[in-house]
Amino acid sequence: MSEKTALPVGQEAIQEKGWWKAHRFLILRRLTQAFFLGLFLLGPWFGIWWVKGNLAGSMTFDILPLTDPFVLLQGIVGQHWPEMTAIIGALIVGVAYALIGGRVYCSWVCPINPVTDAAHWLHDKLGLAKGWQPKRNTRFWVLGMVFVVSALTGTIAWEFVNPISMLHRGLIFGMGFAWTFVLAVFLFDLVVSRRGWCGHLCPVGAFYGLLGQGSLLRVSAVNRAECDDCMDCFAVCPEMHVITPALRGADEDTPIILSPDCTNCGRCVDVCAPDVFKFTTRFDTTPAPARASRRNKQRQPEASRAA
Amino acid sequence: MSAANKRKPKPLDRRRFLQDAARAAGACAVAGMALSKLATDARALPAQAIRPPGALPEEDFLAACIRCGLCVRDCPYDTLKLAELGIEGPATGTPYFTARDIPCEMCDDIPCVVACPTGALDHGLTNIDDADMGLAVLIDEERCLNALGLRCDVCYRVCPVIDKAITLERRHNERSGAHAIFMPIVHSDHCTGCGKCEKSCVLPGESAIKVLPRRLATAEAAEHYKLGWEDRNPMVDELIDLPDRLPGPGTDNLAAPGGYLPEGLPDPSMEGGFSPSFGLPGAGGSGQ
Repeated sequence: MSEKTALPVGQEAIQEKGWWKAHRFLILRRLTQAFFLGLFLLGPWFGIWWVKGNLAGSMTFDILPLTDPFVLLQGIVGQHWPEMTAIIGALIVGVAYALIGGRVYCSWVCPINPVTDAAHWLHDKLGLAKGWQPKRNTRFWVLGMVFVVSALTGTIAWEFVNPISMLHRGLIFGMGFAWTFVLAVFLFDLVVSRRGWCGHLCPVGAFYGLLGQGSLLRVSAVNRAECDDCMDCFAVCPEMHVITPALRGADEDTPIILSPDCTNCGRCVDVCAPDVFKFTTRFDTTPAPARASRRNKQRQPEASRAA
Repeated sequence: MSAANKRKPKPLDRRRFLQDAARAAGACAVAGMALSKLATDARALPAQAIRPPGALPEEDFLAACIRCGLCVRDCPYDTLKLAELGIEGPATGTPYFTARDIPCEMCDDIPCVVACPTGALDHGLTNIDDADMGLAVLIDEERCLNALGLRCDVCYRVCPVIDKAITLERRHNERSGAHAIFMPIVHSDHCTGCGKCEKSCVLPGESAIKVLPRRLATAEAAEHYKLGWEDRNPMVDELIDLPDRLPGPGTDNLAAPGGYLPEGLPDPSMEGGFSPSFGLPGAGGSGQ
């Protein structure tokens, strides 16, 4: 910790880098979320049918099929072998997210992300306690449960409750009472569990995380030697445990954030005044010396052993 | 991180791991049961929600339909819609239509089936006349105008499979005693369940003829009754062919072989006569 820890999150970055550079990935992300939602809304709102369907399955320009591989996989587990169109669509989506990071879906596309981000913003403003914090692997249990229920009932089980589909399909085709699921997620994140839904429970995020385990696009704490311990990156990161191994690693540890939990949202890049983080590939071998404090700590045991 | 890896696992770690796993598994079991309940409840498709042409049976449909709505988008008549949570009965997000609002127009190219990426609408359906969305049932004979003896005929006229799926059957009008009733009769082997009859029924409000799911609209055939006018073959192949009994004295006026030949009957030896084609053991009546 340093004296800068006490400063409001991101303030130093704004002073040093200017407002735009301290918010660019956040703004880009919101624009991207709006862009993808907008593509789907062009048809029903303005009659421009470039993209038909929703996030579960879509057809773009009557030629490009896209299918949510998680939804399709549940159907296969539920004993329906799909037509080729859906399989091709799922492969395209699967390969794309495997390359750019599975949870890029969570932070750049998913319509629930603005909802939970809003819940977190309010949670912060109100200074609420972090509440129930399930274990990190809970979402994988939920993921497994979804597949088991799909197999037992012969249905695409998660689609009965998936707040992502509820919101997205609701906006495009008609909401009904689907907004109650969205409100439930908002309230859950606001008062029950900080960063609870996206960060701990959502099996869609768990699935895409697994999908993007070997993704090329990654954030790297390449300038970690410059870190001044202001803790802003931890404050903004929705999956803060992913930062520690990279940022606080030793010389020989990679500065690249390799955890599949990282959503590649880029908010840490924004808020870091000394520009410790940047987007790169997982094969980036730029040397990244550890932070000075870390080095000192490492030397001590060696010294004591020598003595 | 690395420090934790280097630490030797203690019995306490294993205990902790097992406890956490049990807790997570228990929570998942509870959540899974709730989810299964939702999933099985969703199969209870309301009778008046009709699935698009080619839709798989409901128990397969929910594993196949990803609820993308592409069938809805490619329906040229805006017939199809996606179910909205808490407003309509079908599983949320799945496609259906309400015949009384907008029926299926039975497009020849079946665009909804072509649009379906997963085959929840069976791509094997290429002739719309083979579609089986449901079965029209004349459900209110007390108010159907034709059944009352008037000539409405609208359901019959609008039927895309006219004279096959719906025919008008002439009956005597018992009320007037002098007129006919042209009764609309639905034939299940030709009705596709498009719902045009239900849509066009001139009665205000609910229609007298409604498309229902086949599971509700049809009974199971009575296999134990033999419809002699449809199938003249004996039910049991090895059935003993009992002798045809002929008129004659001493046997309740039935002729037995070698018996008396009644007058008026031609002599069997003559042309045009008859003789039994079998012989019975013993003479005279067989005591049957």
